[in-house]
Amino acid sequence: MRERILRAGKTMREASRVVMMALREIFDENAYARFLASHGMANSREAYAHYLRETNGVRERRPRCC
Amino acid sequence: MLRKLTLFVVWCAIAVLGALSLATIAFRRGESINAMWLVMAALCTYAIGYRFYSKFIAAKVLTLDAMRATPAERLENGRDFVPTNKWVVFGHHFAAIAGPGPLVGPVLAAQFGYLPGTLWIVVGAVLGGCVQDFVILIMSVRRDGKSLTEMARAEIGRIGGLVAFVAVLAIIVIMLGAVALIVVNALKGSPWGTFTIAATIPIAVLMGVYLRHLRPGKVLETSSIGFILVLAAIVGGQGISHSAYASWFTFTAPTLAIAIIVYGFSASALPVWLLLAPRDYLSTFVKLGTIAILAVGIVALRPTLHMPAMTRFMDGTGPVFAGKIFPFAFITIACGAISGFHALISSGTTPKLVQRETETRLVGYGAMMAESFVAIMAMIAACVLDPGVYFAVNSPAGIVGSSATTAAATITSWGFPVTADQMAALAKSVGEQTLFNRTGGAPAFAVGMAHIFSHTLGGEALMGIWYHFAVMFEALFILTILDAGTRVGRFMLQDGLGHVWKPLGRTSWYPSIIATSAIIVGLWGYFLWMGVRDPLGGINSMWPLFGIANQLLATVALCVATTIIIKSGKARYAWVSLAPLVWLVMVTFTASYQKMFNPNPRIGFLAHAESLAKQAIQTGETSRLIFNDRLDAVITGALVVLVVMVLAESVLEWERVVSGRKEATVSETPFVQTRYSEAE
Repeated sequence: MRERILRAGKTMREASRVVMMALREIFDENAYARFLASHGMANSREAYAHYLRETNGVRERRPRCC
Repeated sequence: MLRKLTLFVVWCAIAVLGALSLATIAFRRGESINAMWLVMAALCTYAIGYRFYSKFIAAKVLTLDAMRATPAERLENGRDFVPTNKWVVFGHHFAAIAGPGPLVGPVLAAQFGYLPGTLWIVVGAVLGGCVQDFVILIMSVRRDGKSLTEMARAEIGRIGGLVAFVAVLAIIVIMLGAVALIVVNALKGSPWGTFTIAATIPIAVLMGVYLRHLRPGKVLETSSIGFILVLAAIVGGQGISHSAYASWFTFTAPTLAIAIIVYGFSASALPVWLLLAPRDYLSTFVKLGTIAILAVGIVALRPTLHMPAMTRFMDGTGPVFAGKIFPFAFITIACGAISGFHALISSGTTPKLVQRETETRLVGYGAMMAESFVAIMAMIAACVLDPGVYFAVNSPAGIVGSSATTAAATITSWGFPVTADQMAALAKSVGEQTLFNRTGGAPAFAVGMAHIFSHTLGGEALMGIWYHFAVMFEALFILTILDAGTRVGRFMLQDGLGHVWKPLGRTSWYPSIIATSAIIVGLWGYFLWMGVRDPLGGINSMWPLFGIANQLLATVALCVATTIIIKSGKARYAWVSLAPLVWLVMVTFTASYQKMFNPNPRIGFLAHAESLAKQAIQTGETSRLIFNDRLDAVITGALVVLVVMVLAESVLEWERVVSGRKEATVSETPFVQTRYSEAE
């Protein structure tokens, strides 16, 4: 029984982790983190402005469905 | 062995449950059924479709190769090409394909009853929409994430590429006009709704500033704050609607249309970070949350459907839109079953994120199943309403009369009893002055959603809040689409005009931005204006036009898919995309023909123009309406001609390959083994 509860808990944790990962990707937080890592920058207003400048072109051209 | 036997039993049980649910919704007549039958029928069909049909396509037709590196891996740049977890890509793709279409289309198609729409949403998705999204996604993945237009040019020919380009631009313009009309119809004469939607603009700007200057990169946090502010705006809107300021937010349809046109132009010229991006985040946040709550609400409430399985309006005399069940139910449901627009997403951002080829099945086929389920929920939201209420909300004044008493009497005479008092009480409970003639689908969906939510959480006292939450939810989608769609259309136009005069192609050159934005806004604004001034409510002509354009784009996408399947030596499996293609050709061409030439003025554009021309009193308004009808007919005809050209070019290409006159080769990127196989 205890093992089952532990397994269920693990599954729940894994599911929440995937949901959070999906949300971070959908909301571009992961994209910003990748940008910081690839440019060797720390999070700051300037870094975010730089990130926006680089990604605006892609974002503007991204179609949304009806 | 035991596992195999268990699986066999489980899948047999799912198949039996699905068949039982489908039989219940198909054959139960004269009594109300529970919405859970629709949910079960849909879920079981999706499960069977995913487990067996998509697996067959993946294994036999597309031969997905887990060892083959995807562009996300080969071209990884941390920006566009990023290998991403399959569930994350699924969420990303679903967020991009889900818009107001699967909510509005089924609500409008509910005029035929719940049965035809439900069957098409489920079957159309499993055999058509999911297949299209899946096949186009993998084809784009195998071509370094190429767009539909580029694939059409490479695999079919120059005409295919050109037509796909024109069709995409046309569908964007028509779609923007149609969805803008939905917002106008939802907000006209509604100070509460207008205040809430107006408030989302400063909220989005505030989010943009907060995100850029105070908490850089904290998008989820910013979106949560934005969501709380939007909820505050909904509650505040109730106060405004009862105050002396109500008149400041009470507008007629033409005034709202002008405001939206001006807004659309200004928004598309503003920096992305200031308005578009934060509102896009907010819209996605609300969208994912609301869809999840709606699913929970339906399961918790298990509401009864009051709409009959089939109504008398299958004969084509429906008040919501005119036309028989074939082809108009299939055109109207649009994105809930199959959408050409999805092919743009499947060949846009998504193929650049997929980590393994085998994951395209979950992302392409699976996300479309989720979208189809959203359409089922919209159908349920519309059908939980009393049919009399449904028709009172969705019927234009031109059909049922402009006074409450006349409208109620007309609808009751159709066999769907409703009274003016009943509608007045309902309008009061949701904080509106009237709910008569609120065409467009959004208000009916909002009333249905409020009904489900209020019975699950908050009771009747919260009907108004839930109704305006639903209106805000749809309008937020639509404003984002107007802004984003105008920009996408502008870029396409700039790309095209750049071939004529180079400076016009420079996307950062302000005169070009202003000119091309004005052209795109002017085009969809014209359609919006046309809809607003239409005495039949506009949706009667705009939504079928949008549906036709969208399905014609799907026809182009399926032409590309079939061509690639045949050219890759799999002609014996071409029926996988050929069958939905043939069906779509029948549906779209019949619908287009009827919209142009049907002698019934409520269906045929030209017949309507002719009936107006015969009127004894001719005004400037009449001439304009005649011109609009003829314009609609010309646009429909032009779209059909373009698609016929792609079809002809495709069929010739198939014939050349099948007869052996041309070598069966496709322009895929060469095989490179994935590095993930080593990790396993």
